[in-house]
Amino acid sequence: MRRLPPALILGAVLSGAFLIIALISLVWVPYPVDGVSIADRLQPFSLAHPLGTDQLGRDVLSLLMVGSQTSIAVAILAVGIGMGLGVPLGLAAAARRGSLLDEVIMRGNDLIFAFPSLVIAILITARYGPSATNAILAIGIFNIPVFARVARGGALPLWTLDYILAARTAGKGRIRISAEHILPNILNLLIVQATIQFSLGILAEAALSYVGLGAQPPTPSWGRMLSEAQTMIYTHPMLAVLPGLAIVLMVLGLNLMGDGLRDVLDPRLRRGRT
Amino acid sequence: MIALDRLSLSIHGQPILRDVSLDIAPGEIFGLVGESGSGKSMTALALMGLLPTGAATTGRASLDGTDLLSLSEPALCRLRGNEIGMIFQEPMTALNPVQTIGAQVAETLTIHGKADATEARAIARDRLDRVGLKHIPMDRYPHELSGGQRQRVCIAAAIALHPRLLIADEPTTALDVTTQAQILDLLRDIVADEGMSLLLITHDLAVVADMADRIAVMQTGEIVETGPTKTVLARQDHPYTRALFAASSHQPDRATYPDPAPLLAVENVTRSYPGPRQGFRRSPPLHAVDGVSFALHEGESLGLVGESGCGKSTLTRAILGLDPIQGGAIRLNGTPVTPQMPRAARADIQVVFQDPYGSFNPRWRVERLIAEPFHLLPDPPRGGDRRDRVAEALTAVHLSPDDMHKYPHEFSGGQRQRIAIARALITRPKLLVLDEAVSALDVSVRARILDLLAELQGEFHLSYLFISHDLTVVRAITDRVLVMQSGKIVEEGATEAVFTAPTHPYTRTLLKAAPRLPDHIGGSHDTLV
Repeated sequence: MRRLPPALILGAVLSGAFLIIALISLVWVPYPVDGVSIADRLQPFSLAHPLGTDQLGRDVLSLLMVGSQTSIAVAILAVGIGMGLGVPLGLAAAARRGSLLDEVIMRGNDLIFAFPSLVIAILITARYGPSATNAILAIGIFNIPVFARVARGGALPLWTLDYILAARTAGKGRIRISAEHILPNILNLLIVQATIQFSLGILAEAALSYVGLGAQPPTPSWGRMLSEAQTMIYTHPMLAVLPGLAIVLMVLGLNLMGDGLRDVLDPRLRRGRT
Repeated sequence: MIALDRLSLSIHGQPILRDVSLDIAPGEIFGLVGESGSGKSMTALALMGLLPTGAATTGRASLDGTDLLSLSEPALCRLRGNEIGMIFQEPMTALNPVQTIGAQVAETLTIHGKADATEARAIARDRLDRVGLKHIPMDRYPHELSGGQRQRVCIAAAIALHPRLLIADEPTTALDVTTQAQILDLLRDIVADEGMSLLLITHDLAVVADMADRIAVMQTGEIVETGPTKTVLARQDHPYTRALFAASSHQPDRATYPDPAPLLAVENVTRSYPGPRQGFRRSPPLHAVDGVSFALHEGESLGLVGESGCGKSTLTRAILGLDPIQGGAIRLNGTPVTPQMPRAARADIQVVFQDPYGSFNPRWRVERLIAEPFHLLPDPPRGGDRRDRVAEALTAVHLSPDDMHKYPHEFSGGQRQRIAIARALITRPKLLVLDEAVSALDVSVRARILDLLAELQGEFHLSYLFISHDLTVVRAITDRVLVMQSGKIVEEGATEAVFTAPTHPYTRTLLKAAPRLPDHIGGSHDTLV
């Protein structure tokens, strides 16, 4: 058995820990996150409140736990939208390389890429109102061209291989070949890209929540915790440091996992390293 | 001058070379012959000090008394290019695509501090002239040259510093026969002019038979026979040498069915590509296949011979119904062949490709791979029925039915080619297109695959369209042959007649260029490996 790269193990442990925390918070949290109690506000770390309380007396640990749900849910759905639409588009473009369809798809991608993503996300939420759903849509749309390009780029060299010609002489159509032969052979590229997009999604969700365009109160979110702590950064720095640390660790974990997966799954890089 | 004395090599404990001893005199051409995995390339890399990590050597490799194996890396760097030059099989990947050819030849000189930039350019020009590239400016990039020209650039770079030994590892394997003949002539000339030695590594006995003063035959890391070329060829003391010879000129036993019914009719077929864009206009279309007509009869084996770029691959794709044609018609049993043809009609024509590694989806098991063409049948067999048919196909190509549960990477090149044939046979087609199907195989494996093809032809009453650049193979397996040059069929006729008395000048050039084993020697057919 080949040894896995340490980056992959560390990244998987970090990301896995956050996933477990999010799952636990679905059934149990130390304190309800809508439990405002001004009497308990701004408490330091203690046994009752391991990570203290915020300016409204809510338990910070509970907020962070439930906040991870928001981050992960938004990122998963956004990556899902990106993959679900982007990969078929990319495969279709590769299957009809150089055709009008290819041009339309790829130039459409360029169009989306040309806009600064956060500005468009702000536009969408400004027009349709801030909500987690709109944040998901906004982030998801920008994942489409990323996956379309990765899928097309991975598929193009495969289309010239003999086994694809053999499948064509076996009377298989382009859609069927894309599904049976191309997709399984570019899956490794897509998995790596998904991990990276997932971490970018978490960052984007935090950014949107920070400016108030993501999940709305009382749903806790790491980005909004950051923005609420901003005014108290000198008096109670931990309120800003903790959600910031959560974002950093989660994104770091996902990036490490993405890099590690790439090393394991991409045979070209693997050969270069051994 | 250069000598190996009982050189043994293992990589990560895996023995690669055992007691390899040879010596090459100045001005001598030494041929090292063997099949893939015999260790011939590793021998060359050991001389250059370019062994992979984990390599452990015993014995001696010396150049004029200097022990090459004990030299430090900086000392080896001074040696490489300076004392020993090397050229490789694939001239495209051996050159840096983003550097001009002049810069790449000059680089050898400047790296070794033998010349400053201006002198180096002058010398590079001189060396390029020497290898026959007088008409090519120095600022050309590798992609602007043909394969043969690129190999000439590699040679120019390798001989830039007048090394005493030139190592050529399969220098002509990737080239067409006429180009191969030119490159071999050039190498012979340079060796004579410069008094350098040449270590010529190849799998092709015919090439060394023509070129080398002395040869060594390698098998699984050992030299099994060595001596002056004529003696080795005449005596063939070692059974492996005999087997190699027999396989190189192997003639499978074939039953022929003179059956006049035409199976495939190609009538005046034209296949053209739009010309390159020039501003808003396009230059006139390029005719890759230009008015080609021929017929292929039932049970017949027809060869299609031509060099790269002659249009044979384009024609093949049209015959397989993968690409549309711009003029003429292709009919299989009277049904027109087009990309839109009905699936059931496609079941009659199947294909085997050249590359035994790229022919299979690496993620599928053999059963699924072989069963893929069942997609063509209106009522494909399923479950146990399907497995029976796959087992039957595997047995037909002399593999075990149990092999259906394995993945393609578990098989050798020859076995993969058998799997490819099994896949092509599964729909019981009438016509098999063999597109360079044995070109990537070692001679002994190739001989066995040719035997298999001959046997299957008798058993299933198959017709073959055998496309190849290898004239020996075409002569061994076909009844009739077509010679193709720049999109046109220039000669057509019974194989023996065309080979013994070619009428078209191009056919004559091709036949003359092909390296041949001397006729009076070579093993008899029953000593096959």
